[in-house]
Amino acid sequence: MEGLKVSDANLVVYVHPSKSTKVQQAVLRELSSLLFKFSENFDGVVLAYDFQIQDKIAKILPGFHPYFAVRLKAKLLLFAPKPNMLLEGKVVKLTQTSIHVIVLGFSSAIISDEDIREEFNYKIKHGDEQFGSRSHKRHVIKVGTVIRFLVKSFDEEILHISGSLVPANTGSIRWLARHLEEFSLTERSPRKRGESEGELVIQEQAYSLNNDNRIKKSKKHRISEES
Amino acid sequence: MGAEEFVNNNSKSRGFHEMEEDGFDNFTDSELVYHVRDALNSVSSGDNESYNQLVGVMYHTDRLAPDEVALLVTSLKALSGAVSYIDNAIHETLLSSIFRINMWNYGPDVMDALLELIISLAASNGKHVELCLEMLVSNFTPPYSFMGILKQPRGIARKDQVLSRVHSALKHIADLVPLAPSKLSTIVSQKIPIYAKEPLVVIYMENMLKLESGAIGEFLRSTMLMALMDTLIDLDVDIGWDDILQDDSSKGIFQMEIEDVDEIADYDEEDGTEEVLLQFPRELSRKTLGGNSTAEKLDSLMVVTFEHLKSCEASGRLIEVFEPLLDSFRITVLTAYKSKFSQFVMFYACALDPENCGVRFAVLLADIFVCEEYPLPFRMSAISYLASYLSRANFLSAPLVASMLKRLVDWCFEYCKTKGGEMNPTSHRLFYSGCQAIMYVLCFRMKSMIDVAWFKPHLLLIEPILKHKLSPLKVCLPSIVDEFCRQAEAALLFTSSEEFNFNYLLESEHSRAFGGMERLDMFFPFDPCLLRKSDSLQEMHSILRPPFPLSSPISSPISPHPNIGFIRPHFVYWSMVRPPYDDDEGISDEDVVEQELDLDVSKMSITPRDPLSYWISNGLEEPRGMPARIRPSTSPESL
Repeated sequence: MEGLKVSDANLVVYVHPSKSTKVQQAVLRELSSLLFKFSENFDGVVLAYDFQIQDKIAKILPGFHPYFAVRLKAKLLLFAPKPNMLLEGKVVKLTQTSIHVIVLGFSSAIISDEDIREEFNYKIKHGDEQFGSRSHKRHVIKVGTVIRFLVKSFDEEILHISGSLVPANTGSIRWLARHLEEFSLTERSPRKRGESEGELVIQEQAYSLNNDNRIKKSKKHRISEES
Repeated sequence: MGAEEFVNNNSKSRGFHEMEEDGFDNFTDSELVYHVRDALNSVSSGDNESYNQLVGVMYHTDRLAPDEVALLVTSLKALSGAVSYIDNAIHETLLSSIFRINMWNYGPDVMDALLELIISLAASNGKHVELCLEMLVSNFTPPYSFMGILKQPRGIARKDQVLSRVHSALKHIADLVPLAPSKLSTIVSQKIPIYAKEPLVVIYMENMLKLESGAIGEFLRSTMLMALMDTLIDLDVDIGWDDILQDDSSKGIFQMEIEDVDEIADYDEEDGTEEVLLQFPRELSRKTLGGNSTAEKLDSLMVVTFEHLKSCEASGRLIEVFEPLLDSFRITVLTAYKSKFSQFVMFYACALDPENCGVRFAVLLADIFVCEEYPLPFRMSAISYLASYLSRANFLSAPLVASMLKRLVDWCFEYCKTKGGEMNPTSHRLFYSGCQAIMYVLCFRMKSMIDVAWFKPHLLLIEPILKHKLSPLKVCLPSIVDEFCRQAEAALLFTSSEEFNFNYLLESEHSRAFGGMERLDMFFPFDPCLLRKSDSLQEMHSILRPPFPLSSPISSPISPHPNIGFIRPHFVYWSMVRPPYDDDEGISDEDVVEQELDLDVSKMSITPRDPLSYWISNGLEEPRGMPARIRPSTSPESL
C-alpha cells in the first residue's frame, strides 16, 4: 500500500516548568496530541511516533512563562495519500451508488458509482449486496472485502478520501493477488472504455500479496483515466 | 452502472412535479435518483427549476397530508442515492432545508428516510460530517411546540421513536467515518442548552448519558461525563450563597440540622408565625431555595445522574463510569472551592459501591492532601471534602475511616516535628486544616474509632499534636474544638489543660485567618443536601404519615417520585450520632416513631447494610439502641 512513510524528524517540544520532573510524560502527551491529525509540517497524518531525548540540558524560553525547550529526535509514521496513489481498505458499506471503505481503521473513503468501472455490476445475491465483475465471475466485492483503489482526492481536515475503481489494477485484493501475473500482461493492451479522455503515465510499483512475497520491479503502465 | 447510463437517461427533461403528477409508482427508484442528480447538476449551469422544486418539498413541513408525506419520503430516498452530487457550496439551500427538518414532527417513515439521507451524506463527503452530526444533536431535544405533550403517552412514544433512531444513526456514522465520534463529543459538549427550560436540559442530559452507555460509549465516555460535571457546576455556582445565607455566627455547627424540614414547616404553619427555619451559616433555607429555577434544574439533572449511576451499577459498569467521574470531580468540582450540591454525585456513586468507589474516593482526597505538588487551596479543599465525607457517609467501614485518620494523624505529627513553630494561622494553614479535619471526623465517629483496636496508638498521638506549640486548639473553629474536647474528655481520650471559653462561638479571628479568602475553615461540603428531589423522602412521608400534608412551602404538586431518597439512606445526620457524653440519654416515645421511620428506610432503601450499625454499637453488645434524638448542645444556654 502506498501513502505510508516513516520520517525522521528533529523536534523541539516546549515543556511547562511544572512538568520539569516528568519530562518524558510531558513530551508523550504533547506528541500524542498530534496523532490522527494532518500536519502540514510533516505533510501527513501522524499515526505513530518514537522519540529519543537528545540532551539532558534544555534552554529556557525567556518571557512570561518560562517553558523549556526539549530537543528530540523522532521517528514518525506518516500517512500521506496523494492523488493517483493506490490504497487498500476494507469495505464497510455497499449501496447501488457507492462503496464505503475504511483505510487503516481511521480514514473513511468513498467510491461513488461513476468511479466504478463498467466491469462491475451491482447485484444482490443471497441477500447480500455486492459488486461483481462481469468478465471475471470470481471477482466480487462485498462488505468485508479488502479492496485496492486509486486515490482521487484527500480531504486533510476530516481525513476523508475520495477513491476510484476505474483502473484495471484496482478491485478485491484477494482476486488481484491471484491473478496479478496474467493481469499485468493483459494490462498493456488498451482496454475498451467509453468516453475516455487523456492518459496518464505513472510509475508504479506493484506488490503481490500472496505468500511468495514477490516484489515486482517498477513498471510503466498506461492507465486510461477519465478526467 | 456506469457514467454512460446517466448521460443517456431521458428523464432529464421532466420536471419534478410532472413526475409527481404521473404518480411516482410509474418510476423506478433509479429513475428518481437520476432525476435528482440531474436537478443537482443543472444548478451550476443556471437551470434551477427542478432544484427549487426539490428544495420546496423539503421546506413544506406543516400539517402534511398523506400524499405530501409520501412525496417527502420519496424525495429523501432519491436524494440518498444522489449524495455524491451534492456540493456544500452550490447546493447550500438544499442542505440547509434538509438540516432544519425536525424529526419530532414526523412519523417513523419520514424519520427513517431522513436518517438514511443523513448517514449517506456524512459518509460521502468529509465536509458534510460536522453538519450532519449537528443536525442529529439538535434532534436530541423536541421543538418548543412539542413540550406540552412530552409527558403524555403519545409524546413518550414519539420521544422513544426519535431518540432510538438518532442514536443508531450516530452509531452508523461512526462505523463509516471512524473519526466522527471525536467531532461528535465536541459538538455535544458545546450545544448543552444549559439556560433553556428544565425539561429540555433534562432530555439533553439523558441523551448525553445514553451516548455514554451506548455503542460508541468508549469514545465518548470521559468527555460526556466531564461535560456533565461542568454543567452541574455551572448551575451550582449560579445559585448564590450570599442571597440566601444568613450570617449568624452565634449558631453552632452541631445544632439541630434540617432533616425534617417538612415537619418544621408544618410546625410553622400551626404556629401561624412567620418564623423561618433556623438558619445556619452553611445551610440554605429551603424556603428561598424552592423558588429558584436554577436549583430546580440542578436538582432534576442530579436525579437523572443518580438514576444513570444506579443503572450502571446494576449492569456492572459502575467502575468504568467512576474513573472519568472522579477525574472530572478532581478537575472541576474540587477546584470550584465552594461547590454546593454537585459533589453529591460522587457521594451517591460511592454509596453504590463502598468497597471500590467509596474507598477510591477517600484515598484520592487523602493523596491530594499530602501531595506537595498541588497548590495550597486545592489541598485544603481536598481535606475539607475528606473530613466531611468520612463523617457523613454511613456506608464507610470503621477500619477504612481509621486508616484515613491514621494517615492524617501521621502527617500532622510529622508536620509538628519537622515544620512546627509558634502559633501562626496564616503560615500553617494546611496543618490547621488537617487538625480540624481529624477533630471533625472524631466528633462524628468517636465511639467507632475507639473500637478499632489497631488505631489506639494513633488516637494517643492526637494529644501531643493538639497540645503542640502550634496550638491548633486555639486556631481551629471553636465550635468544633469545643465539641471535640467534650467528647474526648468523656471518652477518656484527652484532657485539655486549658479552659476554652468560646462562648459558643462558631468561628474566631484565628479560624478566619487560616481559612483564608475562600473560608475553607468553614467548608463542609457534604452537609445535608438541600435539593429536594435528590434528598427527599417525600414518598416515605406519604406512606408512614398519611395525614401529613406535605406543606413544605416549596412543594409543587408532588408526583410520587419513583425513587426513594437517593442521598438520605446513606447519610449521617448529627442527630444520629451518639457522643460518649450522652450515654445515659433515655429513649423517648418520639424516638420510637423515629426508629420506625429509619427501619422502614432501610427496608425500602437500596442500602444493603443497616446504615446505623456503625454508630450504635459500642462493643458491649448492647441491643441496638434507638438513635436518641439528641440536642447536641446539652448545656442549658444553647439554642
